[in-house]
Amino acid sequence: MIMEELFAKPDIRKPENIVYRKSDLMVDRPLSYCPGCGHGTVHRMLMEVIEEMDIAEQTIGVSPVGCSVLAYDFLNIDMLGAAHGRAPALATAIKRLWPHRFVFTYQGDGDLAAIGTAETIHACNRGENITIIFINNGIYGMTGGQMAPTTLPGMRSSTSPYGRDVELMGHPIKMTELIAHLPGVNFVTRQSVHTPVNARRTKKAIRKAFDIQKAKQGLSFIEVVSNCNSGWKMTPVQSNKWMEENMFPFYPLGDIKVDGKLVEKKENE
Amino acid sequence: MGELRLMKGNEAIAEAAIRAGCDGYFGYPITPQSEVMEYLMAEKPHERTGMVVLQAESEVASINMLYGGAGTGKKVMTSSSSPGISLMQEGISYMAGAELPAVVVNVVRGGPGLGTIQPSQADYFQAVKGGGHGDYKMIVYAPASVQEMSDHVKLAFDKAFQYRTPVMILSDGAIGQMMEKVELFDPIPRRTDEEVIAACPWASTGRPKTRNHNIITSLDLDPAGQEKVNLKLQEKYRMMEQNEVMYEEIMTGDAEYLFVAFGLSARICQKATDIARAKGIKVGLFRPITLFPFPTVQIAATGSRVKGILVVEMNAGQMIEDVRLSLGCKVKIEHFGRFGGIIPSPDEVVKALEQKIIGG
Repeated sequence: MIMEELFAKPDIRKPENIVYRKSDLMVDRPLSYCPGCGHGTVHRMLMEVIEEMDIAEQTIGVSPVGCSVLAYDFLNIDMLGAAHGRAPALATAIKRLWPHRFVFTYQGDGDLAAIGTAETIHACNRGENITIIFINNGIYGMTGGQMAPTTLPGMRSSTSPYGRDVELMGHPIKMTELIAHLPGVNFVTRQSVHTPVNARRTKKAIRKAFDIQKAKQGLSFIEVVSNCNSGWKMTPVQSNKWMEENMFPFYPLGDIKVDGKLVEKKENE
Repeated sequence: MGELRLMKGNEAIAEAAIRAGCDGYFGYPITPQSEVMEYLMAEKPHERTGMVVLQAESEVASINMLYGGAGTGKKVMTSSSSPGISLMQEGISYMAGAELPAVVVNVVRGGPGLGTIQPSQADYFQAVKGGGHGDYKMIVYAPASVQEMSDHVKLAFDKAFQYRTPVMILSDGAIGQMMEKVELFDPIPRRTDEEVIAACPWASTGRPKTRNHNIITSLDLDPAGQEKVNLKLQEKYRMMEQNEVMYEEIMTGDAEYLFVAFGLSARICQKATDIARAKGIKVGLFRPITLFPFPTVQIAATGSRVKGILVVEMNAGQMIEDVRLSLGCKVKIEHFGRFGGIIPSPDEVVKALEQKIIGG
């Protein structure tokens, strides 16, 4: 039976039978992201969490400068667009002035780990009771694929056309590991959204972060290692494979700090 | 009569912020204005009124905290001195573009660069002509006394919200540091969250089901849209020019010569006026209180009745450009300035009047 016929049956369209639908908190307009990009999935996971917790009225988001500069156009909640790198400073003030609101920032790697390093580290170190969502695709996507602070050694970009030479261009920075060592930070994890399983784990991490915020237990920092098929000059499928083979060994997935305690690594890991 | 106190200019700024119902102060230490945050921290405004006071990691963070707070409709303020204010220019431009109300106090010191910690008026251009990128203006108040440091804070918050714009108080290290008698205004209660939501329907305070989401941004990628934003801003600046000009005239009625000066220079010129009049020179003082909007029409009216004008500033000649634009070539206009942290004496000013205007 084809889908249209199935859908025409009223008894099938019961809430309990719905396995996939767009969150009502996603604005009904096309995303500006390249097909295959992970941003849309992270947006969706974030909105699903806010919808499930029924906190849209109490949530204020801060978007960055970068590919997700227009995130406020897609997320149907009150938002502020920050200057490049400054989202944690905005979020700090918002949370302190509205302590009963849920406040999150959504930032890319250039925004969070290069120009906004100071604001990121100090907001984390103060233990602001906010959630930071950090999308790391190892490249400046919006400006056309330049080298990012998180570009891997040897990785090509428009400003490292022969690959990142760490002698000349410095090393990629593991912001998430760095953040995990700051006392004000409660929960630090690194996830991805390139498979349904991973997307669900990311959603779970976002839910945990908002629960921590609700309990006023400090800052949560969620890195999502993502692809940039346009910037990496690959198909979406190739880029996800490349990400698994190259990004994940350097940026391993999993929890780094839980309940304010660093997660101990197992032997031989 | 309000409560009288002997205070430093910087302390008056801080006390006035608490009394004006300020919700949040975000700052970073820099001489000669560090007393603002020191006073606030000592006063425990979180206990007095519930006001948030936070020492940020930089002036860049402070101004962006202001952007965040202002974007949610709260009354927010920062203060700094020249090098720190330079760092804030990007954020001020963003707030002008996103139409956010906030108060920024510049207790000016000598520059350029790290310059000196002594008073100066060399940030006039930066404050009045834009400072950051893009076509924008701020209302700029130039207090000439500790009393005005307090009064201008209250006024600045009112105008910031009336026009949805950043407002600057352009002071200097001397007025920040000197102690004078101040009559404090009666405290205004801080607005409740509900009052903020009602008063600022544009603010991102959390979207109720009854309205669309609010977005605070200065970005519009469509040139036609961005031109509209610019036209709206320009319209706002014209309204300020029509309605917000403030100035003071002292002994200009029978004046044959005129000093034009703002802030601390105007205080010095007041004394110079007395000295000159004792010598038989009929001089008066025109003091712009708002530097933007500039009292162009008023200066033109008073200035066209005199034989010559001496613009006195603690800089190499900045406001004089606006005085000349106001009067054209109708009257002789010269500049006298000391800079790099030097405060001119009233005698020096009288001598400059005699040499550059009367004898020149």
